[in-house]
Amino acid sequence: MTQLAYLAPSSAEEAAAALARDGARPLSGGTDLLVQLRAGRTRPAVVVDLKAVAGAIGVREQSGGFVIGAATPGAVLGEHAALSRAWPGVVEGATLIGSTQVQGRASLGGNLCNASPAADGVPALIAARATCVIVGPGGRREAPVESIATGPGQTSLAPGEFVLEFRLPPRPARASDAYLRLIPRTEMDIAVAGAGVNLVLDEGGRVAEAHVAVGAVAPTALLAAEAGRALVGGRLDDAALAGMEAAVRAVCRPISDKRGTAEYRTRIAGVLARRAALIAFERAGGVR
Amino acid sequence: MSETLEKPAPKAALSIVGSRPVRPDGADKVTGRAAYGADFNMPGQLVGRVLRSPHAHARIVSIDASKARALPGVKAVITAADFPDLASEELEGGEAAANLRDLSLNVMARGKALYHGHAVAAVAAVSTEIAEAALERIKVTYEVLPHVIDVEAAMSPDAPVLHDHLFTEGLEARPDRPSNIAKKHRFARGDLAEGFAAADVVVEGRYTTKATHQGYIEPHACVAAWGEDGRCDVWSSSQGHFMVRTFCARLLGLDISDVRVTPAEIGGGFGGKTTVYLEPLALALSRASGRPVKMVMSREEVFRATGPTSGGIVRVRLGAKSDGTIVAADVELTYQAGAFPGSPVGAGAMTALACYDIPNFSIVGWDVVTNTPKVAAYRAPGAPISAFGVESAVDELALKLGMDPIALREKNAVKDGTKASYGPTFQNIGYLDTLAAIRESEHWKTPLGPNQGRGVAVGFWFNVGGESTAAVHIGEDGSAAVVTGNPDIGGSRASMAMMAAETLGLPIDKVRPMIADTSSIGYSMLTGGSRVTFATGMAVVQAAEKVTGELCARAAKLWDVPRDQVAWEGGKAVCLDAAKDRAPLSLEALAAQSARTGGPISGQATINAQGAGPGFGVHLCDVEVDPETGQVSVVRYTAAQDVGKAIHPSYVEGQVQGGVAQGVGWALNEEYIFDGEGRMENAGFLDYRMPVASDLPMLDAILVETAPNPRHPFGAKGVGEVPIVPPLAAVANAVRGAIGVRMPDLPISPPKVLAALDAKGG
Amino acid sequence: MSKIHVTTTVNGDPVEFLASPGATLMDALRDDLNLTGTKEGCGSGDCGACSVIVDGRVVCSCLMLAPEAEGRRIETVEGLAQGGHLHPLQQKFLEHAALQCGFCTPGLLMASKALLDANPDPTETEARYWLAGNLCRCTGYDKIIRAVLDAAAELRQERAA
Repeated sequence: MTQLAYLAPSSAEEAAAALARDGARPLSGGTDLLVQLRAGRTRPAVVVDLKAVAGAIGVREQSGGFVIGAATPGAVLGEHAALSRAWPGVVEGATLIGSTQVQGRASLGGNLCNASPAADGVPALIAARATCVIVGPGGRREAPVESIATGPGQTSLAPGEFVLEFRLPPRPARASDAYLRLIPRTEMDIAVAGAGVNLVLDEGGRVAEAHVAVGAVAPTALLAAEAGRALVGGRLDDAALAGMEAAVRAVCRPISDKRGTAEYRTRIAGVLARRAALIAFERAGGVR
Repeated sequence: MSETLEKPAPKAALSIVGSRPVRPDGADKVTGRAAYGADFNMPGQLVGRVLRSPHAHARIVSIDASKARALPGVKAVITAADFPDLASEELEGGEAAANLRDLSLNVMARGKALYHGHAVAAVAAVSTEIAEAALERIKVTYEVLPHVIDVEAAMSPDAPVLHDHLFTEGLEARPDRPSNIAKKHRFARGDLAEGFAAADVVVEGRYTTKATHQGYIEPHACVAAWGEDGRCDVWSSSQGHFMVRTFCARLLGLDISDVRVTPAEIGGGFGGKTTVYLEPLALALSRASGRPVKMVMSREEVFRATGPTSGGIVRVRLGAKSDGTIVAADVELTYQAGAFPGSPVGAGAMTALACYDIPNFSIVGWDVVTNTPKVAAYRAPGAPISAFGVESAVDELALKLGMDPIALREKNAVKDGTKASYGPTFQNIGYLDTLAAIRESEHWKTPLGPNQGRGVAVGFWFNVGGESTAAVHIGEDGSAAVVTGNPDIGGSRASMAMMAAETLGLPIDKVRPMIADTSSIGYSMLTGGSRVTFATGMAVVQAAEKVTGELCARAAKLWDVPRDQVAWEGGKAVCLDAAKDRAPLSLEALAAQSARTGGPISGQATINAQGAGPGFGVHLCDVEVDPETGQVSVVRYTAAQDVGKAIHPSYVEGQVQGGVAQGVGWALNEEYIFDGEGRMENAGFLDYRMPVASDLPMLDAILVETAPNPRHPFGAKGVGEVPIVPPLAAVANAVRGAIGVRMPDLPISPPKVLAALDAKGG
Repeated sequence: MSKIHVTTTVNGDPVEFLASPGATLMDALRDDLNLTGTKEGCGSGDCGACSVIVDGRVVCSCLMLAPEAEGRRIETVEGLAQGGHLHPLQQKFLEHAALQCGFCTPGLLMASKALLDANPDPTETEARYWLAGNLCRCTGYDKIIRAVLDAAAELRQERAA
């Protein structure tokens, strides 16, 4: 029998030191970790609760952008009016994770570092070109969100490192985003496929900048760069959307499992990306 | 919203039956006071845990528990060696019928593990952590055998055979070698070939369903204590504590009188708690350790090791005249039984054509064992599967004939005097009125929106009566205790109290219903078969009538008149001899004087109720399909049911709505998914997708009360099971309407719908 | 490893207990504090039967370690009725027959309370999505949703009065 210890450090440095110990696991909202603990899929020696670390919880506006504490519960993000106005897609992704109950706990940091290919919080963050601030025994570094997960359950974080916060860039006028996922029920499922689209329009209402990211269609959430480029320069006419869909499907390399077949996932990723693009375009004030 | 269609009341107006009082156990259940299976603890209790087979089919070569026993804090380890090796024997008991040997082998594997999750050993320890550590220290040596999950594969001559002693029953000649086909059922009438020869139109189809779980939210749980004197106590959550008593006594070789079972509140069962899993293990662990033992299943264990219902294959061929008269039906059912014989294919066969008056038919049913958990009863066991096939085929027939689906069913409907496909002659059935209720509903008359479709399906369930005991005790202030032996799974305390109050003439709040342990009330068959409000309700009414009879006798004594000159009217004893000028005596007044008139006033009734009255349901479902993703949403649902008389209409509506929700889940999302090794891949609520609140619309229930059951004092029929029979086909027929393609395989998941749309060509 | 001393507030009362570090808040409530109204249906956050309110937010108590309760304010179904009077949600659940077996009811009541605290006038759709984390297998949700919307109306009326 292994008994586990529980630590709740209040500084990032202490947390990094604790996490560098053998058998340490970080605890954020805990909505994945506790399930794994109970099922015996993980048997850590020590659980390091990051919620008391300064800066881990909360949303603040900084240099025109937003800084989101990585352990901030999804429900708090959903209630943040300014964040929801500027980044509705990022907030959609975060607030689609689990039930109301899970929303009271689950965080973007946990969602990212649990490294599920189907994490709902991640594609919109990638499309937003968000970065994360990582703290570790060696100090702080900043890295793009898409560089963290490297495969199912695997991350690029070194021992002792954890994600302290996310940084969202300043938001110009005529910009918005959207995230959609498909699940068999209306709630309470893991995404069969997900797509986040982030658009910036020019003064003429044409797409000046576009980023598309997809989830549950590869070992990690992916930035579909070609798909974004397919949208630039126009007003989401049918040809641009078709090109974007094709580009999305081209990057998909999903598995078939109990949640969906590879063919279905690939096809749906395109449908969702198209629908999300149309929503983001309308939110940004675009008119087709 | 719900409505009630009824004819004028046939007898004296009822004051309580038919009203909607707050349930007597309500306050306990909204405050957290109600104690369910896992909420009970005994001093000094140990924690029991089960070691389960990691293989779908394996010979158990050896079990070495020495390292587990050596772990400090471990108080007992048991295996099949701790139970008697029982011979095959069929135990009667309605939905609790079982083969004793199979039951014993299912509770604890002996020699062979027959499914992934099959219990092979159990431990009792002073803590959960130690019990779980002990499980890891039990070394079981398995010889892994080929397994078979698919029901057709299991029937093939080269399939791995689960049981060497299993020779197919029901064939003309006994087969010369064992197989996985346990039994052939057959019902037939008329001349099938002649029937099809006379048909103008024939439809044919093959329909499949997957194994689904009852999905009660409360996992199985119990506490058992084996006394040094050999007397045992069990506290557990089940659909019948007398069933638990019988099964535990037989499995452990005890006298019935040595086992007392106290019913906990039950957190849902739907048929799945009509057998035992943990109780015999907890008793054996308690015997071995000398301490009480508490066992609670995890959700994963519930999925892996307790009974789902069968996956099935339904082949249907229907022949009809061009006016819609069905002249021939050929139905073949193949049901997965799980690891031991006993799928509900017999009931599936008996109900398959029960709504139709067809002169020529053949129904064949095959009961097939597979390396999956032994199926348990699930709400109208077997009927939803066969109804899915038959009702899909009838929908095809309506399309082919260009006929309204309700009119087609009306044309072929059974009515009073029709000889049912399964034998008896129907009387007092309200099926045509139930069809009419849907035809006249606002829902039926409302046009559909884009991408929407509408489906109709009907369903039938027998309902049962059976043995029950009830007692009514009058308190000295004139209040009443109503004692029965049936766990209250969905509000039956309310109906018991209401029927007693109506009979006694007491206000409902003066009646307190109780559910007594096996030593405190007489035998009662379990809560299942939609029998409690009918059968136990009859026992309650008879017990209450004994009380009113006794009250009349007491009044006669006080008045010094002959007993036959006193009647019970409006909750009072009334002297029929006007010349005597006696003021009526209330129950309260008579109770206050009971000591002087002969002592306490109680009545008990024991019955074996017959004539439960079959039930019919007609369902109407609208779906909307997303043509780009294949997602199906149920957007409107109306269910009408022939209920006889609703004692508490809210709880009857609740039964209808709950059955519909389970049926919708079965149709759209729920299924057991197995990997290549025969392991269930989705043994949790995340991936075994039961409907959540946002998946469903309001579910309209229409209670049809035009055909009260003459065998019941207030006209009640069983209501709980019928409503899960039609929804599978109602949903599938609606999807057919929306996309123009028949979906013959459940669940109708988004990828399947999209593939069907592709095949159709956009 | 020794147990962790936890000081917290449950239903307004200060409580202390010793938690195994791996124990959940649900374990502590049920096993240490004898508050068995909080139910375990799955242990994985998928059924909502163990819902409690922590610092004003509804959570699954099976998804929270017991030591995380330190210094928090916890509300369970046992604290819903006040001074011998049922909460309007409890009353409406009874009036509408919104429970059959009753096992999911404590969790649904706590989630519904959190809903009405956050949104006094929810639509049917809002109520359905908010409560999607609370499985009920008996009722088909119809009467539950009606009870919640009716309780919301009553609470609005009480507040207006």
